[in-house]
Amino acid sequence: MSAVFEQIFQVGFLAAIIRIATPLALATLGEMFSERAGVLNLGIEGIMLLCAMTGFTATSLSGSLWLGVLTAVLTGMLMGALHALFTVALGLSQHVCGIGVTLFSSGLAYFLYRLIFGQQSVPPSIKGFQTVPIPILSDIPVLGPAVFNQFALVYVAIIAIPLAAFVLYRTPWGLSVRMVGENPRAADSAGVSVIATRFQAVILGGALMGLAGAFLSMAQFNAFTFGVVSGRGWVAIALVVFGRWDPWRSAGAALLFAFVDALQLRMQASGLGHIPYEAFLMLPFIFTIVAMAVMSRNAVAPSALLKPFRREER
Amino acid sequence: MPTPGPLIEMRGITKSFGAVKANEAVDLSVAPGEILGLLGENGAGKTTLMNVLFGAYAPDAGEILIQGQKVRITSSADALAAGIGMVHQHFHLAPRLTVLENLLIGIPGKSGRLDRAGGLARLAEISRQHGLTLDPDLPVSALSVGEQQRLEIVKALFRGAKLLILDEPTAVLAPREVDGLFSALRSMAAQGLGIIFISHKLNEVRALTHRCTVLRLGRVAGRVDDPANTTSAEMAQLMCGHEIVPPARGPSTPGAAVLTLDGISTSKHSGTVLRDVSLAVRAGEILGIAGVSGNGQRALAEVISGVRAPDAGQMTIAGQKVSRFSPREVQALGLGRIPEDRMTTGLVTNLPLADSMVLPRIGTAAFSAKGLLKPDAIRAFAEEQIKAYDIRCPGPMTRAGALSGGNLQKALLARELAFDPKVLIVSQPTRGLDIGAARFIHEKFLDMRAKGCGIIVIGEDLEELLVLCDRIAVMYEGRIVGTLDSADATIARLGLLMTGAEGHS
Repeated sequence: MSAVFEQIFQVGFLAAIIRIATPLALATLGEMFSERAGVLNLGIEGIMLLCAMTGFTATSLSGSLWLGVLTAVLTGMLMGALHALFTVALGLSQHVCGIGVTLFSSGLAYFLYRLIFGQQSVPPSIKGFQTVPIPILSDIPVLGPAVFNQFALVYVAIIAIPLAAFVLYRTPWGLSVRMVGENPRAADSAGVSVIATRFQAVILGGALMGLAGAFLSMAQFNAFTFGVVSGRGWVAIALVVFGRWDPWRSAGAALLFAFVDALQLRMQASGLGHIPYEAFLMLPFIFTIVAMAVMSRNAVAPSALLKPFRREER
Repeated sequence: MPTPGPLIEMRGITKSFGAVKANEAVDLSVAPGEILGLLGENGAGKTTLMNVLFGAYAPDAGEILIQGQKVRITSSADALAAGIGMVHQHFHLAPRLTVLENLLIGIPGKSGRLDRAGGLARLAEISRQHGLTLDPDLPVSALSVGEQQRLEIVKALFRGAKLLILDEPTAVLAPREVDGLFSALRSMAAQGLGIIFISHKLNEVRALTHRCTVLRLGRVAGRVDDPANTTSAEMAQLMCGHEIVPPARGPSTPGAAVLTLDGISTSKHSGTVLRDVSLAVRAGEILGIAGVSGNGQRALAEVISGVRAPDAGQMTIAGQKVSRFSPREVQALGLGRIPEDRMTTGLVTNLPLADSMVLPRIGTAAFSAKGLLKPDAIRAFAEEQIKAYDIRCPGPMTRAGALSGGNLQKALLARELAFDPKVLIVSQPTRGLDIGAARFIHEKFLDMRAKGCGIIVIGEDLEELLVLCDRIAVMYEGRIVGTLDSADATIARLGLLMTGAEGHS
């Protein structure tokens, strides 16, 4: 066991936490914006997968990483708009539509990938994002190399957290998002368009989910596989609850999950006894379930979450 | 004093929903500094008219003029821009956001950020002008109902409203809060605001308004130029089209106690808990329970209905001790109940009316046998009651939620009275009902009283309680703080008790 604890405080371990946390944090922020406006987006898992695919493909075909990121973000926005069309404009069940979006996006991702790359014995890969040390900051002992010698998309995520908090709590648009998620009728009678605000929030959420997907296929794995997302979208939905719909807490929740995940990876590597590695793989999810059970007791969801808004209803 | 031109004028407003003409050629005007009363029964078209003014509906015909200028209002944003503010009956506030955030919603920011400083300054200014003080950083959920209403008014003024519409604003207030509201409204009018005050409480309309417009069946039934010197009876006649005689409550001949509560206390639930409540209702007597909403009335109704077991104390129904506190037990002992919220605890809105009407007795031999329902018996029972109580609906298989409030209340009453309860507990019996339906309900209560049923009426409308009840008990913070014979009771005395100002009596 002591070997495990020694490893915890290694720079490599801290860096791994940050890397694992990045896509989760981005996806969690995306889901949070959507839910704050009153729209649960269960399409997140499929949207991340499709964005991982389109981003990878664009980079693979053009050679430009940032063009790939842009493609992934636009894909996410498009799928967000699709989900909003069903749930906001048409007022359909958010659960059913979300699952529908996930199934559709996943299927589309597999289909397009096969169409473009065919069946290859060695899956195509790209030269993904490389770590970029930030001058001065990366010289800080321990923290510097762990946090400030990372992929560019990690920095994007780090900036996204305070930015999300600022937008949500300090801007008129953020107040509108919170209001349409709490009491859409109040927002409507104050002259705020509930439909437009929800569309915007869900689309912004899709963009962040797109970034998360891009990170997976273009920085973490540098290839697209059908298991590239493997439940991270679902975890993000739990992390939103765990983070009580707050950007800072949500990011903290992502870090905590990443810690447990990094820990189990090390435990696998250290080959503790004869425990099958699958047992370690379960750890982060057991953690999620326990954390949810403890935290969701006091968690108060946005009042209007899951409730479509129709103006003529009184 | 020269008469100023109207602030707002609605001319020939007509609005139909399908075949129903909700408004037909309605004219209405408000001058600056004027408080206009808008009167009418349910379905008379008050709400439709105000929704046209606030931009929720587009009128089929007619025009709206603001300070002589013709305007088109197609959304609440247009209405706000035109200087029209509305305080809805159900507040449009986000409980978990702060007072200031609720004020700033929809207000453009300063260089992309929320303008907190500007908002605080404006709030302070409005507070000073009209005596409407509010703590900007409290979440709305921490405010009392009266304060939430104040916030709604401030919200309208914050947006520069020149005309304020208040939809039944006093329904949720205690008598003392009503006084506060009225003085604030008078101060606003004195500063040149126009106010439309929608209410069906005629004494309030007479005390507050300068002029009244009365709607009936979508048309203007009449105007009252001097409400203070017009009697309530005259106004009621305008509203209904015929004379309304208040039900006459004969002398009371109460018998033995049919329901007693002795030292009932509750704890561990949300809302106000009961503290040592003792009361008795005798056969042939109507006991009123007055009090500002949220002083334990709900817990009291729940205990008596068997929904909630008390922690201490005893209850008897018709001399039998209630032991397990289940709805089935108290019902078997002879209790009938009409709950406060017809739509949630009263009946099942998505099921046919007939099912809702037999729900409390679904397990009895009348409606089921060997674990199977008797659909014919259920249907026949519902049909019979629909006829007896003149419940207006297409038939017993109509979805209950499609009925109007008055008809739902009749259905609930029919359901309970069909089994001759020894005790009937009713919460807010006529809330939201028009004069005709309320009158019908009152008459049924008096019939039951004459037959020797003991009735408890929990209500906030003191005038109603005074007309209906033999005795009135007042609740404050979970206790009964006083019981008055209705002959000795006045609104003023009850109001004092309701605010906890007078001790035990």
